[in-house]
Amino acid sequence: MGWFVAGLLLLGFSGVPGLFAARAGGGAEKLACLLVWAGAACGTLAVWEVLKHGVPLVLDLPWAIPGGALALRVDALAAVFLLPLFLVAASGALYGLAYWPQRAHPGNGRRLRLFFGLISAGVMLLLSAANSLLFLLAWEFMALSGFFLITTEEHQSEAREAGFIYLVATHTGTLALFALFALLEQAAGSLLFPGAGALTLKGAEAAAIFLLGLFGFGLKAGLVPLHIWLPGAHAAAPSHASALLSGVMIKTGIYGLTRLTSFFAEIPPWWGATLLALGILSGILGVALALAQHDLKRLLAYHSVENIGIIALSLGMALLGRSYGVEALVALGLAGALLHVVNHGLFKSLLFLSAGAVIHATGTRELDHYGGLLKSQPWTGALFLGGAVAISGLPPFNGFISEWLLYLGAFGAAQTEGPGPTAALLAAPALALIGGLALACFVKVFGVTFLGAPRSEAAHHAHEAPFLMRAPMIALLLACAWIGLLPQTLVPLLEQAVALWSAAPEASAGLSAPLAPLGWISALAWVLLLALALGVWWLRRRARGAARAETWGCGYALPSARMQYSASSFADFLVRLLRFGLWSERHGGAARGLFPEPGQFASHTPDLVLDRGLRPAFCGLAWLFRRLRALIQNGLSACYLLYVALTLIVLLLLGGFF
Amino acid sequence: MIAHLLLHLLVLLLFAPLLPGVIARTKARFAGRQGPPLLQPYYDLLRLWRKGFVLSRTTTWVFSAGPVVGLVVPLLAALLLPFGALSAPLSFEGDLILFVYLFALARFFTAAAALDTGSSFEGMGAAREVTFSCLAEPTLMFALLVLAKLSGGLSLQTLFGAHLPAAWGSGAGPALGLILVCLFVVLLVENSRIPFDDPNTHLELTMIHEVMVLDHSGPAFGMILYGAALKLMVLGSLLVRLALPWNSGFWLFDLLIYLGGLLLLAVLIGVVESVMARLRLVRVPQVLIGTSLVSVFALVLVLR
Repeated sequence: MGWFVAGLLLLGFSGVPGLFAARAGGGAEKLACLLVWAGAACGTLAVWEVLKHGVPLVLDLPWAIPGGALALRVDALAAVFLLPLFLVAASGALYGLAYWPQRAHPGNGRRLRLFFGLISAGVMLLLSAANSLLFLLAWEFMALSGFFLITTEEHQSEAREAGFIYLVATHTGTLALFALFALLEQAAGSLLFPGAGALTLKGAEAAAIFLLGLFGFGLKAGLVPLHIWLPGAHAAAPSHASALLSGVMIKTGIYGLTRLTSFFAEIPPWWGATLLALGILSGILGVALALAQHDLKRLLAYHSVENIGIIALSLGMALLGRSYGVEALVALGLAGALLHVVNHGLFKSLLFLSAGAVIHATGTRELDHYGGLLKSQPWTGALFLGGAVAISGLPPFNGFISEWLLYLGAFGAAQTEGPGPTAALLAAPALALIGGLALACFVKVFGVTFLGAPRSEAAHHAHEAPFLMRAPMIALLLACAWIGLLPQTLVPLLEQAVALWSAAPEASAGLSAPLAPLGWISALAWVLLLALALGVWWLRRRARGAARAETWGCGYALPSARMQYSASSFADFLVRLLRFGLWSERHGGAARGLFPEPGQFASHTPDLVLDRGLRPAFCGLAWLFRRLRALIQNGLSACYLLYVALTLIVLLLLGGFF
Repeated sequence: MIAHLLLHLLVLLLFAPLLPGVIARTKARFAGRQGPPLLQPYYDLLRLWRKGFVLSRTTTWVFSAGPVVGLVVPLLAALLLPFGALSAPLSFEGDLILFVYLFALARFFTAAAALDTGSSFEGMGAAREVTFSCLAEPTLMFALLVLAKLSGGLSLQTLFGAHLPAAWGSGAGPALGLILVCLFVVLLVENSRIPFDDPNTHLELTMIHEVMVLDHSGPAFGMILYGAALKLMVLGSLLVRLALPWNSGFWLFDLLIYLGGLLLLAVLIGVVESVMARLRLVRVPQVLIGTSLVSVFALVLVLR
């Protein structure tokens, strides 16, 4: 446990020396990076110890605050969430040295590093807390540091707005969590977390706890329709902070849901069904909204919504399995969810970091201003391609492995006889649709950004990212490839976590049979990778010295880069098909007459919930209350006297009744 | 095992280019023409193999990755698939998912290679290809769910195993019939045949798959044509096994049934291409969503 606490403190205080360093100059940025690395290394050591011995690390210290001890507990379930945290935090810190150097950002560099360390420590504390109060404390630590990360560039109104929406959203969620933990304390009799399966609560109370958890944790995770804060926040934060927010922080919502559901001995079927339905909704709507975006980071943020949807639907499958006592479904659903948590942490941070490298080189987030960057940024382009293949769930990378587990669960659910978790089979076609749309979206992003010809002056003069930015991305891609090519190595971790969650050591047995073919998948992935590498090498060699010509343009002699398919035109067909759920706005674009004048076209897809629902609703409410206030607080003393008199009468009447 | 694997691949590699030849001959006969020789695709491949390259100036290594993935993926996927009653060289629980996702990988790189040229026509083709495929994907999953439910296994070997003749005779017959229709539609979409795409069109604006490979030349183009033929045979094998599910017990008869079935399928595709016009692009998604619904009915029939 010593290593764990040391890691916690090192991470938390990594930004503090910077506060005492001069504003001009280095700002102790290298020291901060070193501290984050040391902290991550200590934490990894502690997690390694947990996994090796299969025994949770426990720390119990007396605490002056009423309601129990300062209890920390690191078990296999927390380890699944901790490992990506350490990797992403360490890579982000190194990346930040080149991406957000103190010299270029004297105003906010030190603050960014302070909160980068604090949020990492906050997440670490949260994942290890075994006491409700401590959990809430860490939760708030994390939430507030997140706010300061999002508003790093507070001079921009976009960042301020995103920050405030985030603050409102996260505190609404915290409110639900207060209620949740109060109910939990009543049920369990203590503020300490109950053990797995120890809570024999049924009926309305259990339902209330679950729904509060779904709201509070779902808001943090970004489940549709609670994802309102997510796209803006991830777009506004600096790229390595977005990587941490999207890769790690939103997973704490998933962790909360997983931990919470593990307490219950009995789980009604509607819990799993609800989560499954919400997951499918988030997955499809998230990827559809992503397709319609042309801001690189907003697009990636919507993909986080999609992936959270996939995780939620697999968690829903696991819950359905618990309700009906189908062990294989529990094991596959939970293992798929946890593996996808790790995978999404890896490839999404990789994508955010490489998106940062592109933004760093071109100075814009607009997809339609990119083009042909693979020539000026060969490393970044190849790394982004790896991330894109991984997030589309394609072999030979890691996204495929977790989706494979989910499919096995869904197909298995279809094969069970009699009344049972049949609903879980819906996950298979839903995943197929989500996967197809994600593929379309990432072909679009990769193609429009890195392939073709440059569409703007900035893209013409782009430069490759420095080594300090490339190294963390390479590490993340290697981690993605490792899980994709050697998935067997993760089986013990998943087995431990599944056994812990379902409170039955034999539950992991449901996992060993379905996971046996992972060796085959690994072998085929290697063959695929080698065959492709060999084929491309051979074809390139054969084509050496080939004649070079212009791209075929149907005989048109003066092609220009502006004639290429843009991000909007690529997605247009699908966006029109999905218009019932997207409500995109389109302006102009019609050509009139035989010799049309130069025209304009613009398309824009606002967020369905925030921009179409909540914003108008709250604006309406604000207008209503302004009117009411003007009516009531009208400045006439006679009216005020009337209010006093009326209140007195009402109080007297009430006093008479009771 | 190694011999089995090599034989499996040999059948695929040698037989696949015949199918486009049969389709072309059928179409020619319908139009009252003589048509090219049946072996024309082989000659084409040989000729392309010997040719040189012309590359667009905008392209990068991604452009050459497209043809390579398009060729490697059907070969790998075929290893998981039984050819008629002949068993698959590799088989494990859950290989059907890998089968589906391998083709998705091929789609990713074909579309990326198309965008690499920077041509608006190829962008158009890539956009259409990914759009139609993601609509066809749920149909394929529903079909596989039905087959998995009937067989009780999760590998292609069990899904297309010896239980199929009995399943046709049992109450699941109608569901299998519906699935057969759905898979045929998926086959036509995935292999860019009429009514979804016309492989013989000469207008770039209306093409889907052809326009994506406009800029490829020489051996790279040969790899694409070969890959397309392999894909047709691999996806066609699913249909053939479903429609002709008999096991004779002797490998030669099994092989003949299988190859004969493939030839019949090629003739059928040729007939469809001759008697139908291609659909308007906006109609294609409607057809695909319709097929998804049909496959849902099939699933309901099996689950009830």
